[in-house]
Amino acid sequence: MIARDTLKGWGFVAPALLWTLAFFVVPFVVMGAMSLATLEGRTLVWGFSLANYAELAQKAYLWRAVLVSLEITLTVTVLSILLAYPLAWIIAFRVPPRWQRLALLLAILPFWTSYVVRSYAWLLVLSREGVVNKALMTLGLIAEPITLANTRIATVTGFVHFFVMLLTLTIFANLIQLSPNYRRAAMDLGANAFQTFRHVILPLTLPGIVTGAFLTFVLCIGDYITPQILGGNNELTVPQVIMVQLGRRADFPLASALAIVLMGLVTLAYLGCARWLRLDRI
Amino acid sequence: MRVLPWIYLTAAFVFIYLPVGALVLFSFQGGGLPVPPFDGPSLRWYADILGDEDLVAALLHSLAVAGGSSAVACTLGFLAAYGLARHVMPGSALVRGLLIAPLTVSYLIVGLGLLMVLQRLGLPLSLMTAGIGHVVINLPLCFAIIYASMGAQQQNAERAARDLGAREWQVVTLVTVPMLMPALLAAFFLSVTLSWDEFIISFLLTRFDVTLPVEIWSLLRSGLSPRLNAIGSLVFLVSIVAVFLAELLIFRKRP
Repeated sequence: MIARDTLKGWGFVAPALLWTLAFFVVPFVVMGAMSLATLEGRTLVWGFSLANYAELAQKAYLWRAVLVSLEITLTVTVLSILLAYPLAWIIAFRVPPRWQRLALLLAILPFWTSYVVRSYAWLLVLSREGVVNKALMTLGLIAEPITLANTRIATVTGFVHFFVMLLTLTIFANLIQLSPNYRRAAMDLGANAFQTFRHVILPLTLPGIVTGAFLTFVLCIGDYITPQILGGNNELTVPQVIMVQLGRRADFPLASALAIVLMGLVTLAYLGCARWLRLDRI
Repeated sequence: MRVLPWIYLTAAFVFIYLPVGALVLFSFQGGGLPVPPFDGPSLRWYADILGDEDLVAALLHSLAVAGGSSAVACTLGFLAAYGLARHVMPGSALVRGLLIAPLTVSYLIVGLGLLMVLQRLGLPLSLMTAGIGHVVINLPLCFAIIYASMGAQQQNAERAARDLGAREWQVVTLVTVPMLMPALLAAFFLSVTLSWDEFIISFLLTRFDVTLPVEIWSLLRSGLSPRLNAIGSLVFLVSIVAVFLAELLIFRKRP
């Protein structure tokens, strides 16, 4: 009887499982194998060669891309947490409860703009004739328009904008679950506001922060659009280099090796924060 | 000290709404450049894009891919959730892990892997292949949402139906699906939003017929234009409607 029930269960799971195996696991294995193949002229030679990884270590434009990606991603993650935490705090504890849901909804509404459109919108705001330059000149803070678009500043701004919204949501969810008794108890025991935050609230919200930070890291380091539209071509990130390999040279082995390196970085980030991660609670 | 939080809140909202505001405002620009000073309002750019055949075709392609891939992702996700929640299965933790796994991999890598397999097999790229990719990224989400909403309450109703002589397919279609409808629709609309906005997989896996984000991408090369503002504003509007529908359905469930 149990065996029959199990069989039925597999019947229901099978379509989703087969889809994931055929269109996710198999491509992934192919990509792994491809990263060990080589291109000779234009023909692909399967094998077990580490040549692509060696090339990555030797060629400056390749390992530079890894560094640029890491620098941008870490900057974005830290900045986003620092900006989102106070915002989530204010919405959770300062905004009157009846306006809370509305405030949160408004704070994350532009999260749902398509990322191509969002990056274009930032290009618009940051361009030489754009809103920011016009505003700064009207205020007399600058005499000449400053170059903001097509720089790393623009890439980071575009990313931070997106991830502040994401992190506000995850940190808010964490803060609102905390019983007010923790704060009351800390205050009763003589802690001031800062001590209460430092020793009670912060440790309790750490899982939410780390989960959000991990998501930020994963989504940021794998994104092609934001640096491509906003960053210009002065420096390339790993996804941009992958796309160059695909487009200009059809070098699938090298692109695969770069993708594997990207996965490796994500895995390292995962191991680094696994202790606090609560991925099942997203 | 009292006003500081409100100053911060205002500044944060300005930052959050600056790009969207500029996007929508200058979509009503009268002149040819979407930068200050504003000289509208004018609807000429909306008229312009709605008369553009390529754009309208791309919009329809996007809707078809989003609707189709979301329907498949929801169906597969529901079946898997039902199987795992209602039947005793050895190794179910492993299966759940495998179904969720694509969530942790960036879209670029999912698209790259699929592209290589399709090329090896000599299969042509089309809207269909982009849709297959979108199912891969949306299936984990649909599965997770539906699995999380399968509670003991439905299980009791299912048992009652079974005791009254319903067969398994009748239980599923007449009891489980109607009871889970809010979760199913929430998963569907969320999936539609993500597919509607998705760029990189569509870019890698389509060739002649493309989706709207890919079309926007190719228009971007010619620089800033109020046309792009108008398209972007419309895309934003569609996403917002889908998100609101999903929100409404999720929160009607637990009042």
